[in-house]
Amino acid sequence: MILDDFMTRATLAGIGTGLAAAPLGCFVVWRRMAYFGDATAHAAILGVALSLALSLPVFIGTLVVALMMATIVALISGRGYAMDTLLGVMAHSALAFGLVGVTFLDGVRIDLMAYLFGDILSVSRADLAVVWGGALLVLALIGWRWSALLTATLNPDLARASGIDPKREQLVLTLALAVVVAVAIKVVGVLLITALLIIPAATVRPFASTPERMGLLAALVAMVSAWAGLHASYALDTPTGPTIVCVTALLFSASTVASGLRRAA
Amino acid sequence: MSHPLIAARNLTVRHGETTVLHNVDLRVEAGEIVTIVGPNGSGKSTLIAALLGGVRPTTGGVERAGGLRIGYVPQRLVLDPTLPMTVERFLGLPRRISSARAREALERAGVPEIGGRQMAALSGGQFQRALLARAILEAPQLLILDEATAGLDQPGSAAFYERIAEVRRDTGCGVLMVSHDLHVVMSASDRVICLNGHVCCEGTPEVVAAAPDYRRLFGAGTRGALALYRHHHDHGHDHPHHHHHHDQPQDAAE
Repeated sequence: MILDDFMTRATLAGIGTGLAAAPLGCFVVWRRMAYFGDATAHAAILGVALSLALSLPVFIGTLVVALMMATIVALISGRGYAMDTLLGVMAHSALAFGLVGVTFLDGVRIDLMAYLFGDILSVSRADLAVVWGGALLVLALIGWRWSALLTATLNPDLARASGIDPKREQLVLTLALAVVVAVAIKVVGVLLITALLIIPAATVRPFASTPERMGLLAALVAMVSAWAGLHASYALDTPTGPTIVCVTALLFSASTVASGLRRAA
Repeated sequence: MSHPLIAARNLTVRHGETTVLHNVDLRVEAGEIVTIVGPNGSGKSTLIAALLGGVRPTTGGVERAGGLRIGYVPQRLVLDPTLPMTVERFLGLPRRISSARAREALERAGVPEIGGRQMAALSGGQFQRALLARAILEAPQLLILDEATAGLDQPGSAAFYERIAEVRRDTGCGVLMVSHDLHVVMSASDRVICLNGHVCCEGTPEVVAAAPDYRRLFGAGTRGALALYRHHHDHGHDHPHHHHHHDQPQDAAE
């Protein structure tokens, strides 16, 4: 059976994550939510601690904590602190509490590095099902709300005049973000999830004339990066998650140079 | 009395301790052009936001005709530089339209050639026309324009208002505008509402221009709202704060 090979499972997991993360990442870039993505991802470590303490699947724990994080930030925003201050407080508190909490777990020896930087080579068939289930869910959600999300991203009042509730669209993005974080934790780890969201979108921006094209190209870049990063890490014996992000970063540099040359020409 | 398209009744909005709008009543009916004028900080934008549903009234409320279709032209639309957007794609938000319809809408707005261009690459006038083209695309019953001509020069904004009047004539929609261009806007309006946290006065442009409250807010000079540039000659002595402006011709533009 083809899924018996760990490289095949890892490749599929990487491609699935990239496919879901990149189009969502476009909205993260357009709406300047990068720090929000970071905060949600960091909070996921607390979710890992809770999952292990309660013997729940890690996917469930991270999903719940990511959603709680987003809700709390939405509730207490606009009460005196700037958004980035608030996110900074929440993200690093959750990360710290998670790291401390894990040490209290008796009898569980877990490799924290696996959650911080991902452990894509140990992806099981069950993990693969979670990754692809989550990825398809996110793609369906984004696809369904695409036009409303775009309109709300352009201008909230413009959206309201067309009968779209910008708050509801924000909630859709928050939900999608939480799912992507829960899915990607196994692939690149909490510290590098934001990279998967943002770098592919930023890489293709100079070559996209419409939002749709940008979403498609970003997904393509993310999938290619996952595949190439995986094989590079195998050949060079380097950590896989960071290698995937390195490939994306190199593509971003190439794109920046290419668009600069094109403009100069 | 016919049924209004949209009406604010006893609308009060407070932000914390500050009362931004106090007991505002406003109604717009089909086929009429209503203009809101008022100094900076008079609550004009808050009023528009409350009508669109983005600001919750503290007391009072907003009533809309059932299934009201609103076309909205915002004061400014700042596109994030990371968001690629052609004019044609913009026109199809949130509901996709065919290229042919997009082209037709742009032709009607007087900018037939810009469909394939990026929104960010348009001039101020083209941008506002693209916004207007989108707003009238779905045959709105009510057109709401929030300082839609900010940043346009005088001929540009005059042409813009002419276009609005045409749309009203062709479709019979109601129009609610917020504006700073008193002289142009007032002459193009059926009714003017002078706002300063509350409704100071309202009525036909002539009535409002002559009202003491209006003259206190905008200076006696703008009585010439209907007669551009006569401003300086009939500047009254009832408004001493205005005297130092006498030598500054750009005063007429306000």
